Amino acid sequence: MQRHLISAADLTRDDAVLILDTAEEMARVADRPIKKLPTLRGRTICNLFFEDSTRTRISFEAAEKRLSADVINFAAKGSSVSKGESLKDTAQTLEAMGVDAVVIRHSASGAPYRLANSGWIDAPVINAGDGTHQHPTQALLDAFTMRRRLIGADAGLGRDLDGKRVTLVGDVLHSRVARSNVDLLHTLGAEVTLVAPPTLLPVGVETWPCEVSYDLDSTLPKSDAVMMLRVQRERMKAAFFPTEREYSRRYGLDGDRMAKLPEHAIVMHPGPMVRGMEITAEVADSDRCTVVEQVANGVSIRMAVLYLLLGGKEPAGTAHLRTEEK
Amino acid sequence: MSKILIRGAKVLGGEPQDVLIDGELIAAVGTGLSAEGAEVVEADGKVLLPGLVDLHTHLREPGREDSETVLTGTRAAASGGFTAVFAMANTFPVADTAGVVEQVWRLGKESGYCDVRPIGAVTVGLEGKKLAELGAMHDSAAQVSVFSDDGKCVDDAVIMRRALEYVKAFGGVVAQHAQEPRLTEGAQMNEGVVSAELGLGGWPAVAEESIIARDVLLAEHVGSRLHICHLSTAGSVEIVRWAKSRGIDVTAEVCPHHLLLTEEMVRTYNPAYKVNPPLRTERDVRALREALADGTIDIVATDHAPHPHEDKDCEWAAAAMGMVGLETALSVVQETMVETGLLDWAAVADRMSFTPARIGSATGHGRPVAAGEPANLTLVDTAYRGQVDPARFASRSRNTPYEGRELPGRVTHTWLRGKATLMDGKLT
Repeated sequence: MQRHLISAADLTRDDAVLILDTAEEMARVADRPIKKLPTLRGRTICNLFFEDSTRTRISFEAAEKRLSADVINFAAKGSSVSKGESLKDTAQTLEAMGVDAVVIRHSASGAPYRLANSGWIDAPVINAGDGTHQHPTQALLDAFTMRRRLIGADAGLGRDLDGKRVTLVGDVLHSRVARSNVDLLHTLGAEVTLVAPPTLLPVGVETWPCEVSYDLDSTLPKSDAVMMLRVQRERMKAAFFPTEREYSRRYGLDGDRMAKLPEHAIVMHPGPMVRGMEITAEVADSDRCTVVEQVANGVSIRMAVLYLLLGGKEPAGTAHLRTEEK
Repeated sequence: MSKILIRGAKVLGGEPQDVLIDGELIAAVGTGLSAEGAEVVEADGKVLLPGLVDLHTHLREPGREDSETVLTGTRAAASGGFTAVFAMANTFPVADTAGVVEQVWRLGKESGYCDVRPIGAVTVGLEGKKLAELGAMHDSAAQVSVFSDDGKCVDDAVIMRRALEYVKAFGGVVAQHAQEPRLTEGAQMNEGVVSAELGLGGWPAVAEESIIARDVLLAEHVGSRLHICHLSTAGSVEIVRWAKSRGIDVTAEVCPHHLLLTEEMVRTYNPAYKVNPPLRTERDVRALREALADGTIDIVATDHAPHPHEDKDCEWAAAAMGMVGLETALSVVQETMVETGLLDWAAVADRMSFTPARIGSATGHGRPVAAGEPANLTLVDTAYRGQVDPARFASRSRNTPYEGRELPGRVTHTWLRGKATLMDGKLT
């Protein structure tokens, strides 16, 4: 493991499997009456959020608290420019207060990379989503969800996603979730297909380690998991597609389309969902949809990441996890 | 004024010769020259060039004196071997009136380090809506002959057409910053493989090329002269090559950084590499070098763009675009063009002095190194190699992409009309 977690592309297969395995251990904590480990007691973690994101922030906060860390939430809405204070000054201020790690969400792609590599601060940096670049813990929790559902919680230990067919559908161009997932799923041996209107695919996507298709219907029967990406209605205004209805007809997932998936296949969504746009209520509320599970798994993954970055370098296992307060 | 004898200089890279300066002029060029009482500079095999001329400099004064002033910018110019710079119009207030261009011109005269030729804005406030008083700027003491909204594109085809036509009356030229604004909304770097991966807004080559294609056709239609600022793509080269083959009166410039650096540098998210137009691909770099060698691209211009430290010490999207370039331009040209065998020193003199002076009508600059000519000269130690140290820049700003990079060549002496502005690497 590296000191920071900036991009899913930085993870080796063994790093990623270690995180997934550790997250399985962490998930067991959630089943206990007292959902707390003393691992990070006395450590202070700052959630530095320059962009609104209640669910990601809460997920990190829950993970930090379950590991007994002290948590500081810093919500700096808007960019450093509009605030007047620079990212550098904000980060240095926090470090001066004795922060041991920074979890950062920022609207500017590369902001976590700059924070980790500019000599501004020494603390480990965890990227909680930067611009349209990366969201590595999201990709990890997605991979964790797939491994649990498609292989099994216990059967999956030590394994990657070799040969699993994953389809990502929607606004790939503006999606850090898509970029992170393509990187991590490729590393884990899965076969990835992106489906989107050509306007919502970046120029240069042809070099990514995945297939690209404009046709959802022909892709669904060959998918073990299909992940719907959020499509913001504002995209219409910039002529990425003509109307909401046309988008839904061509790229939305409804009951009829879901029926084309193999029996075992799951439907995923990073949230927040735009019901009626990329996904119908029928699909969102079905048993095959893992949205709520993904949220739960997000806490386990973030615990695993924090544990491995801050707690210790050795592989996690029950032997290493002190599960009782002394 | 006293006499200066430069002994054993390779004039334009040729055989060693002596050059005698008397007052403001070159008195003699030959071998075995001697002059009673002359100050002797032992060139010792260094290359002597005509004083360099930069058609594209941002001196920032008035308005952004925190990043550069006319004085600090001309000191940087002298350090880099320049004897004339053209100061871009995007100051605060904008250089769109005779008053502002005269102010910049006067500050240049007072600095004494190099001649400053103000560029006038094409449109009022660089807004692209209404022509500025181009004639008044030309008739002023500043004698403006180059007009540009640089930083912004004159994207309205009618305004561009009118500007091209209007300046014909007094032999002016419009220098276009070719950037289609709609195609570059939110653009942060060259659009392609790297932008897709980094999640930075794409700046497509076509945004530059479509404007150049339109403008060469406009220039042909109205029979005007057109200059294209900072060409950055292989496609732009092809369009200019085609236009020249049709006899269209177009000239083009390339910046040193586009001859050396590629978009791969952006992977560091270090805003030192953030520039407009953006760094492009290896293929573009090759095409630009070849075009500069074969004359499709006429000149090298620095686009020297100073910014205060805080405007670069931040996240990529928040950072200002631009790099300082006056003090590294010749070294980058030596690295990319001379040491690769694409240009000899005589051709460097053409691309960095003779031709830019001609395009900008800079009287007294870009003249041959010959008796009777103004003594605007630059002496270069081409054998030198060393790391770029921004702390040693004369510029007020340090936003260079070359910090720590080893580059060849060092300007040791610069003479402006016989007066040394740089001696033994030190500003006078």
